[in-house]
Amino acid sequence: MKKLSTVFLFVFLFVFLFIGNSVFAQTDPLIEKVSQKLALVNDYVAEGTMKTDVAFIKASLGKVKVYFKKPNLLKVKKDGGISLLPRGGVSLTINTLLNTKQYTAIPGGTQVLNGKTLTVIKLIPNDDNLDWVISTLWIDPVEALVYKTATTTKESGSYEISMQYGAYAKYGLASKIVFSFNTKDYKLPNGITLEFGDEDPSAKQKALKNKKGTIEITYHNYTINKGIPAGIL
Amino acid sequence: MWSLISVELYKIFRRPRTYIAFGAIAALIVVIQLGLKIDGDAYAGFLMKDINDTLTVDGKVLNGYLICYILLQLLLVHVPLLVALIAADMISGEANLGTLRLLFTTPFSRTQWVLAKFIAASVYTILLLIWLAFLALFVSMWIFGTDDLFLMKSNYVVLIEQQDVLWRYVGAFVFASFSLLTVTSLGFLMSSMANNSIGPIVGTMSAIVFFTILSTLNIPLFSLVKPYLFTTHMNNWKEFFDIQVNGDNEAITGSILNIPKIKTSLIVLALHIILFVSASIFIVKKKDILS
Repeated sequence: MKKLSTVFLFVFLFVFLFIGNSVFAQTDPLIEKVSQKLALVNDYVAEGTMKTDVAFIKASLGKVKVYFKKPNLLKVKKDGGISLLPRGGVSLTINTLLNTKQYTAIPGGTQVLNGKTLTVIKLIPNDDNLDWVISTLWIDPVEALVYKTATTTKESGSYEISMQYGAYAKYGLASKIVFSFNTKDYKLPNGITLEFGDEDPSAKQKALKNKKGTIEITYHNYTINKGIPAGIL
Repeated sequence: MWSLISVELYKIFRRPRTYIAFGAIAALIVVIQLGLKIDGDAYAGFLMKDINDTLTVDGKVLNGYLICYILLQLLLVHVPLLVALIAADMISGEANLGTLRLLFTTPFSRTQWVLAKFIAASVYTILLLIWLAFLALFVSMWIFGTDDLFLMKSNYVVLIEQQDVLWRYVGAFVFASFSLLTVTSLGFLMSSMANNSIGPIVGTMSAIVFFTILSTLNIPLFSLVKPYLFTTHMNNWKEFFDIQVNGDNEAITGSILNIPKIKTSLIVLALHIILFVSASIFIVKKKDILS
């Protein structure tokens, strides 16, 4: 009887640890649905307008091109000129998160966001080498579209990405993406900048108050599955 | 009048001393350009340390436009000293040589001579500025290329699109010409009061250094006099490189943050020029030529 219970315990542990673990490690059906939609896109080149809103930066709107190639290569390039992007965060889009397939999905209930009831799913990476630690996805279960992600990375802080969809929703590609991130203090000594006069007081005040930055990319059109010019990614 | 100006210009450009300033500016700019060409990335990395903590900056930050801005910041403080070398010698130099008496015995009035000398000194000043602009802007553009101007101020960063930069430099150089002409007129005034060149040259340089220190010190007592000092206004060429933002924090292309400040500074500098030149004419007209 004692032997039987020991065997039963081992069998139970085996089922719980291995089979159970593999069941939990399975991707969520909704995540699978989103992935299938994203799988339609092998690569894309998107043209858009980028707006940088960081308290200590005065920058105008700029035209950008976004290049993506499966599984997770992504580059945002400004059409001539200097571009400012959140450190490490811009590459953590839905495609780059889900295409690795190296995560465990944990259901997190539902939440209402902008009038839509969205399913919340948390992703935890299985691969220690990935840069992100945890990511929460807000997904529309009907359209299988991700409307928001919140990702914590190992070295580059936390990011929120909000998405809006338009003509390319069937591919799971957003028409507008807003990256939100925390900014650190910016201050250079007057002796280095040689700025001894009065600087713009409103800009100084804004820089002191607001520690949150956003970068908004509004996409005008996508060229999907036509290849990426060599040497870009 | 033109013949008087031609004579004065001939005198200025015949002296080897005149070319010291051109040589000094060329040497300084070439050394800085060389240094930034070789080790500029390390310098840019140091400046951008705080930004790089938050953002990735993609593009050619260390381009000709930024190099020119750095050079102007460094040089426009010191060029006045070079201007003083010539301007402060215009009348006192002739008094020292004893040729002033000869000039004033010609059919031209003392006022005409003083104005001709001032105009000739101003031509020298403007040529020096054009030389500075050529080396600092156009040579830097040729060596380092062009891109957006990524300007790091003490408390914020201004990113100006490259097609929006060149006219700002034109404005800045026109403004700088007013600043340097103020120094020319100050040197001229000092020159009108002396009979040898050393005193006015050193006096002009001392006045510039003294007033520059007063202008940069943030002590409440000095704040009362700061608005009236020409040195406070001389550095406001930088206002051409600060732009307005709208309610969404988007920079407005083609805008200048503080146009009234530029206008006020130009008026103050112009008033200084008129005051110094008028005082010079008054002093020379009353002057006993004893040398």
